[in-house]
Amino acid sequence: MQSNMSAEMRATENGLTLKQICKLLDGEIICREELADQDVQSACGCDLMSDVLAFTKPGSVLLTGLTNSQVIRTAEMLDLKAIVFVRSKRPDERTIKMAESLQLVLILSPYPLYESCGRLYTAGLGCCRKAENARAATL
Amino acid sequence: MVVENNKTTLHYKFDVQGGDFTKAGDASSRVKKILQQIGAGPEIVRRVAIACYEAEMNVVIHAHRGTVALDADLARVTITVEDAGPGIEDIDQAMTPGFSTAPDSVREMGFGAGMGLPNMKNCSSELIIESQKGVGTTVRMIFDNA
Repeated sequence: MQSNMSAEMRATENGLTLKQICKLLDGEIICREELADQDVQSACGCDLMSDVLAFTKPGSVLLTGLTNSQVIRTAEMLDLKAIVFVRSKRPDERTIKMAESLQLVLILSPYPLYESCGRLYTAGLGCCRKAENARAATL
Repeated sequence: MVVENNKTTLHYKFDVQGGDFTKAGDASSRVKKILQQIGAGPEIVRRVAIACYEAEMNVVIHAHRGTVALDADLARVTITVEDAGPGIEDIDQAMTPGFSTAPDSVREMGFGAGMGLPNMKNCSSELIIESQKGVGTTVRMIFDNA
């Protein structure tokens, strides 16, 4: 997979666009597609919302298998740009509408969390903070 | 809005219902929007939003009901979260990263990681917790506009 990745799918200094992320994940955008040209420079793969709040950089993309509305609220508090729901798990309409009102892009990926993260990491998308730097991650 | 000694302070208070996960986070969302509307900087808005949300979730997860109060002036923002609930038996233990008393049903929703209180401490300039077992807990967080 790595050796066949074309240059257009590698992260630049601006990171990756949400469109590129969707393509790398063979994904489908289900909310706010018009905002998919935005750049994202970091990602976090996590199902524990307090860990997301502690370690994720603002403006990141979150990859998760949880589809409840609190994932949207967590993304709102951190000013995340997008959420990728792995294994094609689709949130309910109320949750999608909440994301829409908050200008959050939602992407469904058929791959599980490990592979989804791996695809983006291999493309050069940046990481978030380690445990000892948790405070810096909230800024 | 209150004007006292030539200083203007904004004050808002929101109710939080224990166990209501569909509305959980609504108060914090409104706090965030209010701070943005009054022109607070993005960094302080984010710190307040994260800490307020963690505190609000604690009320929803552990307590019967509570309130989230926002007080803001040019120098600082104060968030006071009071609840009626079981209280915190050992505050030092509760502050330990990874420690949680959340039930399994809540952990399945993605909570109970045990990072709530540490997150609140990391985001705020000052965190004061008062609690009485069997009565409830009051958390006061001060955010200096540095």
